[in-house]
Order: sequence, then structure tokens, then C-alpha cells
Amino acid sequence: MNGIHDLGGVDGFGPVEVEPDEPVFHHPWEGAVFGMSTAVLARRLAKGAQFRHAIERMDPAHYLGSSYYEHWLTGVATLLVERGVVALAELESRAGGSFPLARPVLSTDAPELGPRDDAPRFSLGAAVRVVNAHPLGHTRCPRYVRGRRGVIVRIDGAFPLPDVSAHADRPCRDHTYGVRFTARELWGPGAGANEAIHVDLWEHWLEPA
Amino acid sequence: MSDGHHHPAPISPVEARARALEELLAEKGIVHPDALDAVVTAYERDIGPMNGAQVVVRAWVDPEYKRRLLADGTAAIAELGFGGPEGEHMVVVENTATVHNVVVCTLCSCYPWPVLGLPPTWYKSPAYRARMVREPRVLLREMGLDLPEQVEIRVWDSSAEVRYLVLPEAPPGAERLGEEELASRVSRDAMIGTARL
Repeated sequence: MNGIHDLGGVDGFGPVEVEPDEPVFHHPWEGAVFGMSTAVLARRLAKGAQFRHAIERMDPAHYLGSSYYEHWLTGVATLLVERGVVALAELESRAGGSFPLARPVLSTDAPELGPRDDAPRFSLGAAVRVVNAHPLGHTRCPRYVRGRRGVIVRIDGAFPLPDVSAHADRPCRDHTYGVRFTARELWGPGAGANEAIHVDLWEHWLEPA
Repeated sequence: MSDGHHHPAPISPVEARARALEELLAEKGIVHPDALDAVVTAYERDIGPMNGAQVVVRAWVDPEYKRRLLADGTAAIAELGFGGPEGEHMVVVENTATVHNVVVCTLCSCYPWPVLGLPPTWYKSPAYRARMVREPRVLLREMGLDLPEQVEIRVWDSSAEVRYLVLPEAPPGAERLGEEELASRVSRDAMIGTARL
């Protein structure tokens, strides 16, 4: 989904604020949320791709207005409510107020992967173009590279394609690559001449250029 | 309030929500509170940038280790005992006089936990995630790192399974320093790529 989480290239956020000597967790509840989330994933109550997608489904205003660990809390609670592990009414009663969850999945359509060879389709140095598609489900292909041309700089092995694994329980391993894009390919002639952006992409999202 | 009795500060709504979930998961036997404490303690005490600093210093003093680290980051980092969640597929990128690497995750906040610990708030901020891929030289300058135009900037957006560690250039005079002293000079930000040493 073209969600609020897909932030690469968005303007207007101002400077990066750095907090000197920042603690690992600012409040005990942040550590508890971190621990609960990793435990829920370790117990396979949800997959990593589903956890990410739950955060991506947060209301955009809530997402931008809340901290990283509030994203995690909202994501993990959403998954547990959707799976019937806890009830929203129980959560709100204990919390003494509203417990905003993420919005529902927009689409559970997961792409069918074509036949795959054991060997990766692209070799080092190959020129590729990122597919210009806008699926409503989960994906790890950022919007800012879609339709853009790049070059394969690394071949990393096959991993489950998140576009499928977030929505379906079927085999979906696909080769992954490091792909190099010039800043000018992504941002036009005004971008820096001596800058390159590398994005890691699954073969599903690549075609020969 | 005049009797000096201590009234605990009211908890924030988000903290109340976190407590609600924690209570329910404990009652349902899904997450034990002791296990939560153990995870928090591990990331507060044992898993942090001091691990990455050991990797970097070893690469500086041992050319054969550096060769292995750049060829297979995961295996070379495991030689020093570091690995686990968010570090299963490590790629180490080397800074030189003419190439500067910097790491971001535009879609969430992927970060190499076993070698750097959990990410700082600025790394997770919308501003950093939005801008590092759009105007890296400008943003690095704002963050205190002014790189001349002839230095190529390579941004790495951790959008799949790989997690990145930047191998900084050794600081001037490094050959005269012991490994412990060297490790104390390696900053977290230099291993993300927003600083040099």
C-alpha cells in the first residue's frame, strides 16, 4: 500500500533532531512494548511482514503523531485483536480509555509468483527497471524507486516475498538484490551528481532495462 | 497534598495502553514479565554499539579479518560472537577517502541490532527517513559532516533482509593506539555513516 510509512523523498519534515546521550528506552513502557512485540513474533502469533504491515495500516495522522514504540504497540495490539488473542473491549477497559488500532487490511490479494529458477534471473552489473505497480497490500518496494532504472550491485539469496507472506501462507521465496540508482535517476537533474542510493529489492519487482 | 503524602504522577494514555496489553498477555500466559525484563536488560546492557566497535577495530588491525568482513559480514561478525535478530544477513560497507557510506531505512527503521543495539530516535524519525535518500549531502552537512563534492556518497536503504554496518576510516594516528583505546574512539554515528572519525 502507498502508506504514510513510505517516507523516502517526502519534503517538509524539517531538521533531524538529535538527542545527545539518548537512553535505549525513554520509559519502561517502551521496553515492555519492545519485549512483548518480539515475544509475539518469536511465538509465531504473527509473521514479521504482518507486524510491519499492521504498523503501515495505522491512521496516517496517528502514525506521524506518535513515537516508534507507540507504532509497535499499535501494530502488535492490532494483530492480537485481529487474531482473537485479546479483545479490544478488554484492552480499553484495562487502559481506562480508547485504544486506537490500525485500520483493516485493504486487500489480501497476494501476487502469484511465476515459475522461479534456482538461479537468480539477474547478474551483477545487469541494468534493471523497477516495476511500476501500486499494490494495496504489503510491500517492501519503496515508491521512490518504482519505474526507475538501476544496476544490480549485489545478489543476496532468496527470501520470502513480503508482498505474499504478509497475506498468504504459501511458498514465496524470491531472489533479492542490492540495486544502485543514481540520485539523478531518482530525483532529476537537480540532484547531486556524485550520490547513489541503493535499495534492496526482490526479483518480483524487477524487469530487464 | 499538604500532608506530604506521595502521589504518583498519572500515567500517560500510551503507557496505560501498554500496561493493559502487558497485563492481558501475562494473564493469558503469552508473555511472562520476567522475560520482558530480560530482553530489556540485554538491550540496555549487552547489545549496543560497543559490539560494532569491536568489529571495526578488528578490521583496522587485522587485514585478513577485514577481507573476510567485507566478503561475508555475517560470518566475520559471528567470529566475534555477535549475531541474532536483525543481524542474520550483514553487509559491511567500507568508507575510503573518496567514498562515504550512510545507512537508512525509509520504510520502517531496520537497523543491525547485534552490532549497534536498538536505533536512536533520530534514525527512526520521519525527517531522517525522508531526507537521507533525497538530499544526503545536504542532510549530512546539517548533521555536522561536510563532505566535499568529490567524495561519492552511497546511501543504503535497508528495504529487504540485509542489515548494513559502515566500516569507518581509522582516525589519524590510529597505528599508535591500542585496541581498547581505538574502540573507545569508534562512535555509533560513524558506523551508521552520519559521522566520520
